[in-house]
Amino acid sequence: MDIMEMLKSVLELNLSGYLESIGAAPWVINLIGVLNLATACMLIVIFLIWLERKVIARMQDRIGPNRVGGKYGLLQSVADATKLLSKELITPAGVDWLPYNLAPILIVVASLLTWAVIPLAPGVIGVDLNIAVFFVLAISSISVVTFLLAGWGSNNKYALLGAFRAVAQMVSYEVPMIVALLIPILLARSMSTVDIVEAQGIPFIIVVPLSALIFFISALAETGRTPFDLLEADSEIVAGFHIEYSGMKFAMFFLAEFLGTLFMSAFFVVIYLGGYRFFGLEEAMIGDFHIGPMIGFIAFATKVFLVYFVFIWIRATLPRVRIDQLLNFNWKFLVPLSLVLLLTVAVMDKLFLADASTLTKAVVLMVTNIVVGWITIELLRWRNRDGETAVISESVDDAHGHNHDAHEAVATH
Amino acid sequence: MFEQVFFIFVAVVTLGFALIVVTNKNLFHAALALMVTFLGVAITYVTLGAGFLAMAQLLVYIGAISILIIFGIMMTRRMMSADEEPFNSQAGLSLFTAVAFFLLVAYVFITYWPTTPADAMLAQMTPVDPAILNNSVVALGQAFVSPNAYVLPFEIASVMLLAALVGSIFIAKPRIQEDEA
Amino acid sequence: MIPMSWYLLFAAALFAIGLYGVMARRNTVAILMSVELLLNAVNINLITFWRYLTPDRSVGLAWAVFVLAVAAAEAAVGLALIISVYRNRDSVVAEELDVLRN
Repeated sequence: MDIMEMLKSVLELNLSGYLESIGAAPWVINLIGVLNLATACMLIVIFLIWLERKVIARMQDRIGPNRVGGKYGLLQSVADATKLLSKELITPAGVDWLPYNLAPILIVVASLLTWAVIPLAPGVIGVDLNIAVFFVLAISSISVVTFLLAGWGSNNKYALLGAFRAVAQMVSYEVPMIVALLIPILLARSMSTVDIVEAQGIPFIIVVPLSALIFFISALAETGRTPFDLLEADSEIVAGFHIEYSGMKFAMFFLAEFLGTLFMSAFFVVIYLGGYRFFGLEEAMIGDFHIGPMIGFIAFATKVFLVYFVFIWIRATLPRVRIDQLLNFNWKFLVPLSLVLLLTVAVMDKLFLADASTLTKAVVLMVTNIVVGWITIELLRWRNRDGETAVISESVDDAHGHNHDAHEAVATH
Repeated sequence: MFEQVFFIFVAVVTLGFALIVVTNKNLFHAALALMVTFLGVAITYVTLGAGFLAMAQLLVYIGAISILIIFGIMMTRRMMSADEEPFNSQAGLSLFTAVAFFLLVAYVFITYWPTTPADAMLAQMTPVDPAILNNSVVALGQAFVSPNAYVLPFEIASVMLLAALVGSIFIAKPRIQEDEA
Repeated sequence: MIPMSWYLLFAAALFAIGLYGVMARRNTVAILMSVELLLNAVNINLITFWRYLTPDRSVGLAWAVFVLAVAAAEAAVGLALIISVYRNRDSVVAEELDVLRN
């Protein structure tokens, strides 16, 4: 047990290599890795809750928590957790105890399980599946089941209705998410997250920006964040499917939502922003010491929190959409757009760019994306201009944020 | 040794929950047991090296079909459904049929592919495979679009799914009030 | 170390349970659930044969994926039919649905 060796391996983010060299069994190494990841995920949620409240407060021109734990309210989440832990677990009469109690557990399990395939640094990943992206999608679709369990188990008609709407939203937004994710898979020729990160000499958000946008919107809806948060908003159908949960069980749903949002940020970073890549510095070495993994991890964490900040930013800025607007937007706009985009990118990639260099490919695909997006906006504008009640325009803002309802009262442009 | 214990455990749990599916009076509990059965089958696929199919099983069966079944249960509930008899009048005969079927098929299987075979290929999974199994997804994808392979069934399956999608929406639409849920 | 016949017996048992469910249940939705069990058993069988006998070819895997797709489509259409029948007859008990016209 050479302490200096162990310390060096930790800083190189290669503790498993060190443990292997001193003869630990593979299952011990895996267990330590799993415990590390799960604990880190749980602990970071404490920070995330505080971060969200502070950032939203600043955006709303107020200060946010500043009483608990010093000037910056750093222990606010600890106070929140203590409050939730100390609440009485009221179980309503007539609940089906198995779904009722299983739902919070399952939703946290599903949120944690997907972290296994996120590459945190070069060589640091839970398991390098060759179908990693598909694995993430499958586990996300399992978490949909937990909403039904919660809604049914609560023996409450309103919880059931909330659960139905939640399931409808989740299942609907999986479609554009999957189709939008197919585009980086197409470009990287692999479903493995490590391969996708390695294939991003130029980050995919620059190569296929429209796909990144569609994925981002679907991720917003999948995690139940504003503007799609009518699943759980307090003013909507009395807080949705988890109204009958109190104390720690409610905290589980809360935890799962934050974990899910962080995971979607991490997934977005891995697929579109290049994961742990940082201009090649993640391969760096100082003499014998691999400093690359640590640089990669810091770069990854920075990018994840940047994307998470965008999630919070959107929550502080946009109002909520109704359930019918939400479903209309998905089925009549996002799904056709993502399918057309997939088709276009696939055709361009195969037919015209078969042996082009990476830079040419990137530029051509980016131009293609922008052209498809521009054509979509022009089509929407053209439909509104003729004064017909286009189904999309009456409910949703187009990409520029203008609501064309006001323009319809006026005659044609 | 560990593999065998694990497989027996997964098989027993899956079959147990499958029995709950076919015998439970409470349909919602039966649907939940069905989800656990699907999970057990997905684990079996993983042990057989078909990881892609396991994920597809999770995505399609647990993430979609189970939810569809639960919605179907909730929409077709009657007030008295709590004390409904789960089995019809031919339950005894069908039990006999099912058991006889299983014994017959088991006999055929054990004669041709014995439980302690001398043939090494059938006694254990051929261990030559990691690269081939990893490549099986790529091979599957290429088989689906290759004219020498399964592009025609693939296209027909997509048309069939479209027909099922449109057809089921049309069949389940309420007729009198023209509203969409 | 698992002989192929174990997987085949497992699939056969699942199929037998599903068969019993299809034949013995009164509720149509329960019959549909049992049909899903049947299809899963078939899939296990296919994948077992694929893995033990021809793991380098994609025949078994492709066939299993097609069975999966067909099962999904059949569940959707079946449930739509059940809902439609429930709307017209107010019953989903298979024994009571025995005339074509009301």
